[in-house]
Amino acid sequence: MLPEIGQFTLILACVLSFLQMVYPLYGVQTGHQGAIRSARILTILQFVAVAFSFAILAYSFLINDFTIGYIATNSNSAMPWYFRLSAVWGAHEGSLLLWVFLLSGWSIAVALMSKRLPIESVARVLAVLGLLSFGFYLFVILTSNPFDRTLPYFPIDGRDLNPLLQDFGLVIHPPMLYMGYVGFSVAFAFAIAALLEGRLDSAWAKWSRPWTMAAWVFLTVGIALGSWWAYYELGWGGWWFWDPVENASFMPWLAGTALIHSLAVSEKRGVFKSWTVLLALSAFSLSLLGTFLVRSGVLVSVHAFASDPTRGLFILGFLVLVIGGSLLLYAIQASKVKSRGRYELASRESMLLINNILLIAALIVVLLGTLLPLVHKEIGLGSISIGEPFFNRMFTILIVPFALFLGVGSLFRWKRQQLNDLKKPLSLILILSVLSTVAFLFIFAPFLTWLAVLGTFLGFWIIVAVVYEIYLRSTHRHAFSKGLMKLGNSHWAMSLGHLGLAVIIIGITMTQNFSIEKDVKLAVGDHITFEHYDFHFDQVDALNGPNYTGTVGIFTVKQDQKQIAVMKAEKRLYTVQRMPMTEAAIDAGITRDLYIAMGEQLPDGAWAVRIYYKPFIRWIWLGPLIMAFGGILMMCDRRYRSKKENADQDTITADKEGTQNA
Amino acid sequence: MNPRRKKRLLITSSLIAGLSLAIGLTLYALQQNIDLFYTPNEILNGKNETGAKPEIGQRLRIGGMVLNGSVQRDPESLKVSFDLIDNKAGQVTVYFDGILPDLFREGQGIVAQGVLKSTNSVDAFEVLAKHDEEYMPPEVADALKGMEHLKTESELAK
Repeated sequence: MLPEIGQFTLILACVLSFLQMVYPLYGVQTGHQGAIRSARILTILQFVAVAFSFAILAYSFLINDFTIGYIATNSNSAMPWYFRLSAVWGAHEGSLLLWVFLLSGWSIAVALMSKRLPIESVARVLAVLGLLSFGFYLFVILTSNPFDRTLPYFPIDGRDLNPLLQDFGLVIHPPMLYMGYVGFSVAFAFAIAALLEGRLDSAWAKWSRPWTMAAWVFLTVGIALGSWWAYYELGWGGWWFWDPVENASFMPWLAGTALIHSLAVSEKRGVFKSWTVLLALSAFSLSLLGTFLVRSGVLVSVHAFASDPTRGLFILGFLVLVIGGSLLLYAIQASKVKSRGRYELASRESMLLINNILLIAALIVVLLGTLLPLVHKEIGLGSISIGEPFFNRMFTILIVPFALFLGVGSLFRWKRQQLNDLKKPLSLILILSVLSTVAFLFIFAPFLTWLAVLGTFLGFWIIVAVVYEIYLRSTHRHAFSKGLMKLGNSHWAMSLGHLGLAVIIIGITMTQNFSIEKDVKLAVGDHITFEHYDFHFDQVDALNGPNYTGTVGIFTVKQDQKQIAVMKAEKRLYTVQRMPMTEAAIDAGITRDLYIAMGEQLPDGAWAVRIYYKPFIRWIWLGPLIMAFGGILMMCDRRYRSKKENADQDTITADKEGTQNA
Repeated sequence: MNPRRKKRLLITSSLIAGLSLAIGLTLYALQQNIDLFYTPNEILNGKNETGAKPEIGQRLRIGGMVLNGSVQRDPESLKVSFDLIDNKAGQVTVYFDGILPDLFREGQGIVAQGVLKSTNSVDAFEVLAKHDEEYMPPEVADALKGMEHLKTESELAK
């Protein structure tokens, strides 16, 4: 009975989202106040309905209701309760339900937290979100219903969740990533609403900025979590594979990063507006494209679920409709947008323009590398794959100007910068960053490569520039410590975002250049030594988990005769699916990770073992966390919080700024 | 030209220059990093679509089924070799030094990435096996179409 109720509320949510799309638009067109005000109520009702559906599916997973086909295929009564819960989004149907649930979550957040916006604007935004929800509800209900029953012959137990996904990383990675993907729908809806209205002013940029930042923060954390999960769970110690599905999440991130920078310019200076709108449309379109690539099964990847052509076709149709429709609207309306502000070539506006160009170039590289194999195959030239070296080389080239301009960019003034004034700070930054690079490499690098020197220098260039800029700003009017306190949240957000990137660059540089990876054959009692670490293979024990059996290899690690860690690398066999899994043992540290993964047992009883030394790999995930923290600070900035000041005042002050700057 | 137009011209031209530079570099890098996919038969007799044979030393991907009983290990190290077959007459030996994936089995479809060593052998630097029971790379599935009897034999052997 319960699943039928879940199905019913899902259909109810679908109908409500249709109304949420139609009524407010009708109201705005005709000036009917009741219809305009219905937007908020319909959004709330829609959220309640879909939340109910989602809760029922989660509950059915918890009580092991194997009469539901989706649960029978993706769960098992021997699984611990938290994995049964996360199995809700472990496969296609449930993850789509999560998608629509989060979309309605963002919608209700917009409905409740935009009290100071004009009600017509809110109605338009909610209507666009209603349209998107409606499309996805139809998709779920027509092609991927999670509530389909297996009756009358239901299985006694489920077929278990793919063991790769039975892991803490999967409990949080997909919801985070989806929050990011779906979150760009809000920026998209704001952009479409503004285009419909034909009014794109600084107030628009100001409203959509915190929303865009929130989505970006989620996406950043989601991608970092995915990378971390791949590192410890896939068992070969890589942190990014340029897998098409990773690319599918990286593309909206690149567009989103360009968008948050371009929004800043639009808000503060009133320029780049039509470009910003285009970016807002692309960020969400790329999220949709990513969904299409992952869900339709056209791609070969770790994430590919069993493919189904009708699903692919449906998303493709939706994709064409949304992207085509929004671009058409853009083509018609964007010419009405006038940017008033002026700026010289040497100005912060230009620096941010360069940032955007480089980010879009990176986006094109990823897009090309992801889609080319598809196109190549479809036009009958045979299957190809584009290897990691392509992406690595292109990003190595792109990151150099990106990091250099990023370092100096925040020193530039808006509108106009006298280049002569920059000579002194730039030479100071150059000297300090060279010195830091030399010191850092002297301490941590076992030998030198060109790329290591380059990467470390770029990282320190950014760090020194950021610190110097904070120093300059805080001593501008006050004494240093007092000025430091006076810096706004937005300023800290920018500095932290840039520092995060520097940390990532240094992490990647060190990991890629100085990792030691040994695949060795070890019998119990053997040991191997490198980098002052001595790995001793002590013993092999049997392993008994709730839904798996296996063996665990125990290693003692000594450094200079001192024991520093006991590492237990597991080899599991999940009994239901007869699927072997490698659980790596990791001794984590801020400057290095030690990583042991058991391979297969060889015919003579010895084991194939991977032993890795990965310097600074934690920095690759520390960086995104710093970035995300910066983003959160920016959302908490005072000017996005104050509730008293109403929207009209926003517009007036924005206009005033605009005229002053013109 | 007034300064505003001049600025626009400068920005537009730098945009175009930057983009074309990016695209040029991308295409150049692409050319060197495209790995074509071959079945064992295609390595011996040329691609089905174009008839082109791979050259020795070329980077490529090969997909096929691991021939039963062909896996040979070096007793001292992790070096291993095995033969890949497909639904035609192809048979190619793959050499690999490293740890095979968890799901590597005789009688199973796999993909290897590496360099063509001789006309009928490949030096692999990466071996991928399918991720779960239902999933198989479509290229490999194509190469193995109609080979069900072989698979059942291998299952009987277990």
